Amino acid sequence: MNKKNVIEAQNLTKMFGDFTAVNAISFDVKKGEIFGFLGANGAGKTTAMKMLIGISKPTSGAAKVAGFDVFTNAEDIKKNIGYMSQKFALYDDLTVKENITFFGGIYGLSRKSIKEKSAVLIEELGLEKVASKLVGSLPLGWKQKLSFSVSLLHDPKIVFLDEPTGGVDPITRRQFWEMIYKAANQGTTVFVTTHYMDEAEYCDRVSIMVNGKIEALDTPKKLKQQFNVANMNDVFLKLARG
Amino acid sequence: MSITVSNISKSYKSVKALENISFNVKEGELFGLIGPDGAGKTTLFRILTTLLIANEGSATVADFDVVIDYKKIRNNVGYMPGKFSLYQDLTIEENLNFFATIFGTTIEENYDLIKEIYVQIEPFKNRRAGKLSGGMKQKLALCCALIHKPKVLFLDEPTTGVDPVSRKEFWDMLKRLQQKGITILVSTPYMDEAALCDRIALIQDGKILQIDTPQAIVKHYPKPIFNVRANNTYQLINSLKAYEHNHSVYPFGEFVHYTDKRADFEREDLIQYLESENLSDIEIEKTLPTIEDTFMELAK
Repeated sequence: MNKKNVIEAQNLTKMFGDFTAVNAISFDVKKGEIFGFLGANGAGKTTAMKMLIGISKPTSGAAKVAGFDVFTNAEDIKKNIGYMSQKFALYDDLTVKENITFFGGIYGLSRKSIKEKSAVLIEELGLEKVASKLVGSLPLGWKQKLSFSVSLLHDPKIVFLDEPTGGVDPITRRQFWEMIYKAANQGTTVFVTTHYMDEAEYCDRVSIMVNGKIEALDTPKKLKQQFNVANMNDVFLKLARG
Repeated sequence: MSITVSNISKSYKSVKALENISFNVKEGELFGLIGPDGAGKTTLFRILTTLLIANEGSATVADFDVVIDYKKIRNNVGYMPGKFSLYQDLTIEENLNFFATIFGTTIEENYDLIKEIYVQIEPFKNRRAGKLSGGMKQKLALCCALIHKPKVLFLDEPTTGVDPVSRKEFWDMLKRLQQKGITILVSTPYMDEAALCDRIALIQDGKILQIDTPQAIVKHYPKPIFNVRANNTYQLINSLKAYEHNHSVYPFGEFVHYTDKRADFEREDLIQYLESENLSDIEIEKTLPTIEDTFMELAK
């Protein structure tokens, strides 16, 4: 594995019976990169992501994530990555502090370390006043920011974000992206899916999946040049309409 | 007027979901409620579709009062809730037949209204609704909401979580329904969809921030906006935020949108400042505000 790469996938494929959900995708993601993983609903993004985070075994091909093989070292992958999705983020009936403690424990952090990280995290997010409130009572945007911070608790090499900003208000959505920039600036690789095409522009590189294949992969600037359009939305419309 | 809303308020325990909301929707209008999760959009939909009673204020839909004439309203409106609420263990055809029967009509009677949408899912008409993809569920739900030829159509976040291609197709569909004379009230958290409505209300935390045509809303943006770009976006955002004259700094696609506190913005000053922050390849260009800029300015 190239030292600078934290994800390397070669002809990664997943079949369900006769149906090829992910069709021989190949790509690399570098350390500290913000990598946008786009595609229409049903294009195979979630299936591909599940293979990369070690919870679904590929049918064929090869991939290494954070230096570990998806076939043989899936458990090591899980320890070295962070994951957050819109659907499952935190426990609504635990408080902010309890959630942090719980996930810190899951990731095997020491009590001391959890306590320290918890204090820093709560202060950085400005959650002092609600630290003892149930997460279920917080606005969606706060939950998502907290969830992202929790996914970084164990200093993972890569964090996978599955539509992290859906339905979030525009100001909070931007604060969320500033957190992403910060994490990437500190060397964490960010692998993110989104349906907001302006967010695709925030990524260093973007891949677009169509019917199980990666049909385009480049910087937003080059993709726009390649398709001769003004924005990523038009790139997406041109490609995904097939 | 197809919909009138006068001083509607609704609270759940200590949470004010809607505070003194008023607006009107004209007949045949495509009216958008634009706002994030938790803004109060669903509560408003539930009040207008007679599923919830407001604490204060009054409202009419298709000239019927939402409290007194609630039964008449139910015959005259179609409602597609944000959460898929058809019968998962009935097939496409069974669901559609069920709703047609409930409203005392048949699929054949109003087929012209749903035809264009229904033909896309007809090949799967014997498949159970629970086994459909998101896009197909959405189309079935729209067919079921239209089968009794409603005067007013309520669509609560029909495109949330839907990819840009399907979103575009859905909006094309709405435009064609509007041409058939149906009044449409639609909510969305996607600001770019606002431009596709005749008029919009920007809503956040239970309050309406502004109501107007999308064109007029961006026209009334109070300040010049600049696209700023440099070699490192993260550092650029931090530097702009630390700049003493900044009024607002928001990442916006490939640029950062910047507004200045001063009446006479000095571009050269800002370039010099950014250079002193070790940024290079600096570009500053005036740009036009979007609905999202307006929303953020009002919500600030």
